[in-house]
Amino acid sequence: MTKEEEKEIDQSKMTISEEVVIKVEQMNKWFGHFHVLRDINLTVNKGERIVICGPSGSGKSTLIRCINRLEEHQKGLIEVNGVELNDDVKKIDKIRSEVGMVFQSFNLFPHLSALENCSLAPIWVRKMPKKEADDLAMKYLEIVKIPEQALKYPGQLSGGQQQRVAIARALCMEPKIMLFDEPTSALDPEMIKEVLDTMIDLAQGGMTMLVVTHEMGFARKVANRVIFMDEGQIVEQNNPNDFFNNPQSDRTKLFLSQILDH
Amino acid sequence: MRNNNYKFVQKEVIAQQPPPLSQAGVTGWLWKNLFSSMSNFSSISAALQSIIMIILTFVLLYFCGGQLYSLIDFALISAVWSDPEVLKRGSCTTVDQGGSLPSGWSGACWPFIFAKKKLLIYGRYPAEELWRVNLVYLTLFLGIGYTLFEGAKGRQWTGLAMLTIFPLFALILLTGANFNISWSTNLLLLGLSILFIFFGELTRRNFLGNIISELTSLFYICGVTLFLIFIAALLLSIDYGLSYVETSDWGGLLVTLVVAITGIVASLPLGIILALGRRSNMPIARTISTIFIEFWRGIPLITVLFASSVLLPLFLPDGVDFNKLLRALIGVMLFSAAYMAEVVRGGLQAMPRGQFEGASAVGLSYFQSMRLIILPQALTHVIPGIVNTFIGLFKDTTLVLIIGLFDLLGQAQSTIADAYWSSPAQAPTAYLTVGIMFFVFCFGMSRYSMFMERKLSRGHK
Repeated sequence: MTKEEEKEIDQSKMTISEEVVIKVEQMNKWFGHFHVLRDINLTVNKGERIVICGPSGSGKSTLIRCINRLEEHQKGLIEVNGVELNDDVKKIDKIRSEVGMVFQSFNLFPHLSALENCSLAPIWVRKMPKKEADDLAMKYLEIVKIPEQALKYPGQLSGGQQQRVAIARALCMEPKIMLFDEPTSALDPEMIKEVLDTMIDLAQGGMTMLVVTHEMGFARKVANRVIFMDEGQIVEQNNPNDFFNNPQSDRTKLFLSQILDH
Repeated sequence: MRNNNYKFVQKEVIAQQPPPLSQAGVTGWLWKNLFSSMSNFSSISAALQSIIMIILTFVLLYFCGGQLYSLIDFALISAVWSDPEVLKRGSCTTVDQGGSLPSGWSGACWPFIFAKKKLLIYGRYPAEELWRVNLVYLTLFLGIGYTLFEGAKGRQWTGLAMLTIFPLFALILLTGANFNISWSTNLLLLGLSILFIFFGELTRRNFLGNIISELTSLFYICGVTLFLIFIAALLLSIDYGLSYVETSDWGGLLVTLVVAITGIVASLPLGIILALGRRSNMPIARTISTIFIEFWRGIPLITVLFASSVLLPLFLPDGVDFNKLLRALIGVMLFSAAYMAEVVRGGLQAMPRGQFEGASAVGLSYFQSMRLIILPQALTHVIPGIVNTFIGLFKDTTLVLIIGLFDLLGQAQSTIADAYWSSPAQAPTAYLTVGIMFFVFCFGMSRYSMFMERKLSRGHK
């Protein structure tokens, strides 16, 4: 059973500072007439690992997509690193370059090799010389443990490898915050572990992470806070221990019983 | 009784074995592609079907073979190749028609084409100035060949030069330049370009507010384009000592290539801009692009050409006269841009939303994500459509005949009227020649596009 061996987690490495990196206040969003997010309030400190869970359609993906403005909110306030998100394109571009995002369907660029996928944004957004950007990309491909796949195209990689390239691509912009939108949901069971291990390494490095996921094992081990969402609202927030062992709201209890009892 | 003996463990790996003969090699290919439909005699109906297939195969072979043979016979075997005694029509007519060939003869009359080759390739371009056209042809074919050649050093720079310097070079050589461009026009161009660049600089530093700052690149592009036009205008007004050749003296392949290449080169960038405009979130850009595309797609090219040569002069003030070729060029350019825009839009729409999101999420701006992520993929997907439009455009250039420009086909038709060569073989030979020339160009484009498709699809799923 060596494969299933739990990854050692050193909680002492994951320190949380006082600095607030994300502030969401009374945020509301509608898709047409449908009220997807209702009065969301959330403050994230530097170094926090937050897992967001909830039934499908509860607005959890929409929430983290609002944080880097892939979705527009209609009411309330979102501040990232002290910069308020509004229609200003320059601010949006600045925030996006500081917030990395990993998608469920990877969204790698299929016409570029793994290395080019990673070095593209440093070259064009950070205006880095190509040589330097390639070195940077190699460094992060080594961190996600696939330097040998650097010259392959996404279509030639397995799902788990693609997702790790996607993580490396986001890391190449040296973001202060990483958003994960169901990063393991499109993967075969055998590949979920390699992606989760990469994310654990990242957490140990002190990265601020917001993770939408159904991997409750990951939430227990890595998160310092679990958020449960339903029908566009934050229903319950707690530390993982209390969240899983002593849920307060009925909806949380029902959800946990459904995902844990099999 | 139920069989419970399903326990099974595979102990050894079965080695790979070669496929059966009917699947591989020459036999396999012949079998799959030729004989599999006509070899099944297992039942009466299958046998009947096989027999019908055999009969059909032979009937088709007979017809195709017969047609092919007649064409080869006409063009090569029975054809007249030389006219040593300068008999002109006499060399290509039978005894009954007043010539020297046996009665009942039919074949191509190549001496007629050889005699008219200058007309077909250059039109009525003055004979002593032909070196200018030849130089343009030579630069064109060398430049394109080098740019398209895989692995040639600096091919992207050659390509860029072919797109920017070559058109100017060709224009100067072909017309003789020395245009009378007034100083006020030059100053206006220079002033406008400086103004645009100045605005670009202002918006880049965010002096004009946030909304306008999105237009920074647009201002720069306009400014630089106007500046390049200004330089082109300066170069065109210089006297190089070349005699002036009217565009009405151009003809044949020269006109075909000028119209087709201008249309092809201009239609792709214009089409991309229009397609992006039509897909944009900005209502004004979207409306203008949509109206433009629907307008040009809604009228036939012949109407565009007629309007440019008959209608347009009515609206222009007296004394202002646009060159007929230039008017046709602009018409063809805008017309093909509208078609190209729809092809490109098809490619853009086929792009998954995740690609746009992935590009935005790493911080690329709209123009960067379009240029680096979306367009390379979208254009690769629609290469067949793009080349289809190019080939269609190349062949549509023959329509300029109706406004009195003599392209390859028009020139060939005019040579048929030559009474010295009048013979029954005259028209078929001329049309065959034109057909072959068009085929060479169009087939070349088609093959190169297939090569590009194979090359660019590497690494894709």
